[in-house]
Amino acid sequence: MREIDVKLITEKVRDLCMEANTDLGEDVLQAFDRAIEKEESSLGLEILRELKENARIAKDEKVALCQDTGFAVVFLELGQDVHLAGGDLKEAIFEGVRQGYRDGYLRKSICHPFTRKNTGDNTPAIIHTEIVQGDKVKITVAPKGGGSENMSRVVMLTPSDGIEGIKRYVVQRVKESGSNPCPPTIIGVGIGGTFELAALLAKKSLLRPLGSRNQDPELDRLESEILEEINRLGIGPQGLGGRTTSLAVHILMMPCHIASFPLAVNIQCHAQRHKEVIL
Amino acid sequence: MAEPIRLKTPLSDEDVEKLKIGDRILLNGVIYTGRDAAHKRLSDLLKEGKELPFDIRGQVIYYVGPTPARPGRVFGSAGPTTSYRMDAYAPALIEKGLKGMVGKGMRSDAVKEAMKKYKAIYFAATGGAGALLAKKVKKAEIVAYEDLGPEAIRRLEVEDLPVIVINDVRGNDLYIEGEKRYRQG
Repeated sequence: MREIDVKLITEKVRDLCMEANTDLGEDVLQAFDRAIEKEESSLGLEILRELKENARIAKDEKVALCQDTGFAVVFLELGQDVHLAGGDLKEAIFEGVRQGYRDGYLRKSICHPFTRKNTGDNTPAIIHTEIVQGDKVKITVAPKGGGSENMSRVVMLTPSDGIEGIKRYVVQRVKESGSNPCPPTIIGVGIGGTFELAALLAKKSLLRPLGSRNQDPELDRLESEILEEINRLGIGPQGLGGRTTSLAVHILMMPCHIASFPLAVNIQCHAQRHKEVIL
Repeated sequence: MAEPIRLKTPLSDEDVEKLKIGDRILLNGVIYTGRDAAHKRLSDLLKEGKELPFDIRGQVIYYVGPTPARPGRVFGSAGPTTSYRMDAYAPALIEKGLKGMVGKGMRSDAVKEAMKKYKAIYFAATGGAGALLAKKVKKAEIVAYEDLGPEAIRRLEVEDLPVIVINDVRGNDLYIEGEKRYRQG
């Protein structure tokens, strides 16, 4: 059995927190370029160019892309043949978040729900663990901002609502969110599973690189159809009017109960931040 | 596209009356930061009939909670936060003389009404462009509620902070008009 010291996990989480918040993925920058080619609104074009410039400054000067450096959401794929030694795994991840948010001059945005008192170090982190085959550990850090998260929803549709029901709900959600979630957005959609799993699927779908296709042809088509409808809404970059309301729709689906038809829409702002490492 | 208009704070009724939705503005001078928790405290002071920690007449509040500044830098990443959470508090501040708000996202009818009645403007800065906007801040100091950390009220001196007029004093709304213009079907 392979042994990994949790201190290494702390170190990697620290680095990923800082990297994710300052270095926007190449896939997102390319999606901006594709949007610039299509955008008809002059204000919209101006915004898209500003976002590219912002990403350049953030990377060059190691400044957070957005002041909302998010909730630290950590996806952990844990090989079943790995033994994690040297301490508490959860605490090791929290310590990585603490160090990353301190050393990276990132904003601490986590507070008590009632008193609103800040926890001071951006912990707790949200950890989603999956046990997989093999002897590797994959860590993905995906900081999630509050503005777009607030526009996200889970709904238990009725089986008779069908695919049309999904389309209608997702497009309506984007329409009602308007300028709030910082368009152009990426729309993560989770279909099936249970109430809580639909939401997790929606969040996980956001990790897929922009511009990549869904491997399920039916979902791939559905993604394109929903995206087209969204971009006919006219909301545009920052909600000022235009063609680019969303850059992509990503769907993950799994079987559900015969009585249910769960749907989750997780809206992601254009600062689509996630970095990963495999140990 | 028309050239951006340079605007110097504090703002007068005359300044804001000239502005119309879609105008690109470069804000200059002093502005104040404030978001959820600070607004709650300002609102409590008004309810108790007490003085606010700064003279709000003619001023602009930027809805922002910045990241900490790296050593040697004036300010951290500083883009706008979503404004609707301040809707419950904004009309009372506008009534007291607040002339401008910088944020992102739609405002409530009550805020729009107050902007019309007391002549104030709602501007949007680009959400998520915090690194770029930080460079426009030339000086920053905390003036109230240091215990709130990123939510403390700060006095900023800005140079050419780029914003867009979303709501003018005539009740127009760029979010509504922009969407209408580009909606298909």
